[in-house]
Amino acid sequence: MNSRTPDKAGVKLGMWLFLYTEIMLFGGLFILYAVYYSKYTGVFIEAGKSLDITIGALNTVILLVSSFTVASAITAVQKKAQRSAITLVGISMVFGVLFLVNKYFEWGHKFEAGIYPGSPDLSDAEAGKSLFFGLYYLITGLHGIHIIIGLILLSISLYFITTKRIHATRFAVLENSGLYWHLVDLIWVFIFPLFYLIL
Amino acid sequence: MESSSHEHIISYAKLFGVLCSLLSFTAITIGVSRMDLGALNIWVAILIAACKASFILLFFMHLHYETRLLKITFVGTIGCLAILIGFVFWDISFR
Repeated sequence: MNSRTPDKAGVKLGMWLFLYTEIMLFGGLFILYAVYYSKYTGVFIEAGKSLDITIGALNTVILLVSSFTVASAITAVQKKAQRSAITLVGISMVFGVLFLVNKYFEWGHKFEAGIYPGSPDLSDAEAGKSLFFGLYYLITGLHGIHIIIGLILLSISLYFITTKRIHATRFAVLENSGLYWHLVDLIWVFIFPLFYLIL
Repeated sequence: MESSSHEHIISYAKLFGVLCSLLSFTAITIGVSRMDLGALNIWVAILIAACKASFILLFFMHLHYETRLLKITFVGTIGCLAILIGFVFWDISFR
């Protein structure tokens, strides 16, 4: 193997090792949620009802579809269909932006209703409620930052596909950006039932 | 060297099939959450989320086609997370 040959297995293992740290990061936050859920079950269920299931479900569908288009973009690159790959990554990014727009309106409504970290309404409410919304803003906020990073990675991949630096024999950048995007989707799969669907 | 998913191409049809199952799971989890199963609700929600996560990991993230090394390290990570969850709940349930 000469020095110009990329170490494909190593590149991918490195990405997965990073994803493991992300799993532990969000895993830790979910444990925090679980502990407080077991302590304030009733309050958490009441607070969860105030979240809009429609927006939550819509965002779930958006992320699932965008994950599908990113996975398909890799298939397209492997099949030397550069144009389809560009379209598919483009669609994924549009969906990513749509997710953030939804999130913006969702958070906006909550802010208007006086529910935000440190708000007088939450400070006066029972202990569990401020914990629920504190965790809601922390976890969905951190997840939102991940979406933004994912969008940046996808745009870099898109640029590399158009400039033909990503092609059928070399697409590690797209593959790793895709892995990151799927991880963001994966985390949302747990956020959605825990915050929006608890009854 | 072991073969890697780098050479494995997953067809569009298969990926679309995975998407359809993920969307159906989403519909099921919303449906089930509207039924009152008591304490069981949260467990059913987590179980369905775990199924969805498995589909994403195995097919969208190609884990099914990866080397044994990657699979072992992934299971190891989940194992560590499980230990963390186990000990935290062991702690708080005896306070």
